[in-house]
Parts: sequence; C-alpha cells; structure tokens
Amino acid sequence: MSEEEQPTKIMFVMRKPPHGSIYAYEGLEVILISAAYEQDVSVMFMGDGVLALKKGQDTTELGIKGFAKTYGVLEGYDIEKIYVDKLSLEERGLTEDDLVIDVEVLEPAKINEMMNEQHVLMPF
Amino acid sequence: MNYTILIQEGPYNHTASDSAYNFIQAALEKGHEIRGIFFYNDGVLNSTKLMDPPQDDRHIQKRWTELGEKGIDIVICIAAAKRRGIAEENLAPGMRISGLGQLIEMGITSDRMVTFGS
Repeated sequence: MSEEEQPTKIMFVMRKPPHGSIYAYEGLEVILISAAYEQDVSVMFMGDGVLALKKGQDTTELGIKGFAKTYGVLEGYDIEKIYVDKLSLEERGLTEDDLVIDVEVLEPAKINEMMNEQHVLMPF
Repeated sequence: MNYTILIQEGPYNHTASDSAYNFIQAALEKGHEIRGIFFYNDGVLNSTKLMDPPQDDRHIQKRWTELGEKGIDIVICIAAAKRRGIAEENLAPGMRISGLGQLIEMGITSDRMVTFGS
C-alpha cells in the first residue's frame, strides 16, 4: 500500500459538557459523518467532555432533546476507538461503569502519545 | 504547507474569526496554501451578507468574501447554517454552503488543520 492509500488518522477531542452549549452535539454530528470516509477515526473524551457519556441524563426540564443515546450508534458506524481520560473521570467522581458506552480509559501520557500520532485533531 | 482552517465561533462575539483571518494572511504571505476554510457551529454566522458593522470597524464578512474571490474554497456547513438562519438568500459572495463531509475531505487532503474556536 502506498503512503497515499493509508487511512488518515483523525481524532475528535470532546472537551465540552453535553448541555449548556451545542459543541458536544454538533461535534457528534461530525464524528458520525466521518465514518463514511473510512479513515482511522478515534474519539477522545476529556475534561467536562466526559460528562456527555454519563448514564441517566434527563434533559426533559431543559426543554432540549437529549442525545446521550446516540453515542451507542458509534459502534455500528465502525467507530470503535473511543477513549476517555482517566484523570478527567476521576476528577468528576466517575468510573467506567457510569458511562453509556464501552470505552478505553487512558492515562494522560498515553493520550499525549496518541495525539502526537494524529494527522487531524478536531476539538469540540 | 497546505492548511485547512476550521472556524467554530461567530464574528465579533468571539476573537476566533479575527485570529483565523490573521493566521491565513500570515500563512499566505509566507507562501503557504490554504486548502479551504470551513465554518461550523456559530462560525457559519460569518457568512451572512446582511452583516453591517459600524464603518470604523472591520467588516468580517467582506474579509472572507475577498479571500473567497481570490480562489480559496470557503464552505459553510449546511446543518449548522440551517439552525442559525443562513441560507442561499443571505449567503455572502465568495463562499458556498455544503455538507460536513467537506470538512473531513479537507482534513484528509491538507497537511495541517488548524481550528479557531473557544
């Protein structure tokens, strides 16, 4: 395979909480579209971004359509590299069991290493 | 080098549009290429031709139009635009409305993607 045919490494970095602004939701829309391009896509949740994956979200009183369930379709789109920053989870009193999908929890040093390998880092 | 620029914030309210513009000017002066500029989130509001700032201020939409008319591909995300009332009727010259796939394609086909957001 020539260099040009290698899939491009694209990492979406989800930093914003799910409610209060539209970044997490519109970011998710980009992730879903990216699946159609058959590249090497990964998603990194860090900072308040990890809250988007928290189980039991109820947006009824906010009057905003919730989208936590949509993360569940990522696997069906062949987006399986879903990572969460260990420190961000711990700081918010969360564990993997509190999240709506299976993720790989990573140490900050590993995240740093993976980010350095990406061709495109897209922050939301 | 060949750059894609992603802009996620609206004009005036946030400095992202100004920073992106300054970055692009500097890159062009140094002989780099701009593969494309993609407006997403509130960034799509940069594209309204109804923008009419006070005369002693910079006109952010006209800056983008000038770059578009120089041949830089400027794309406004259709999904984000529909939410925010941007359509062909009020789209400024020198840019086009298209899908998010354009952003992914720009990312794949450029050397660097630089994001201006909050």
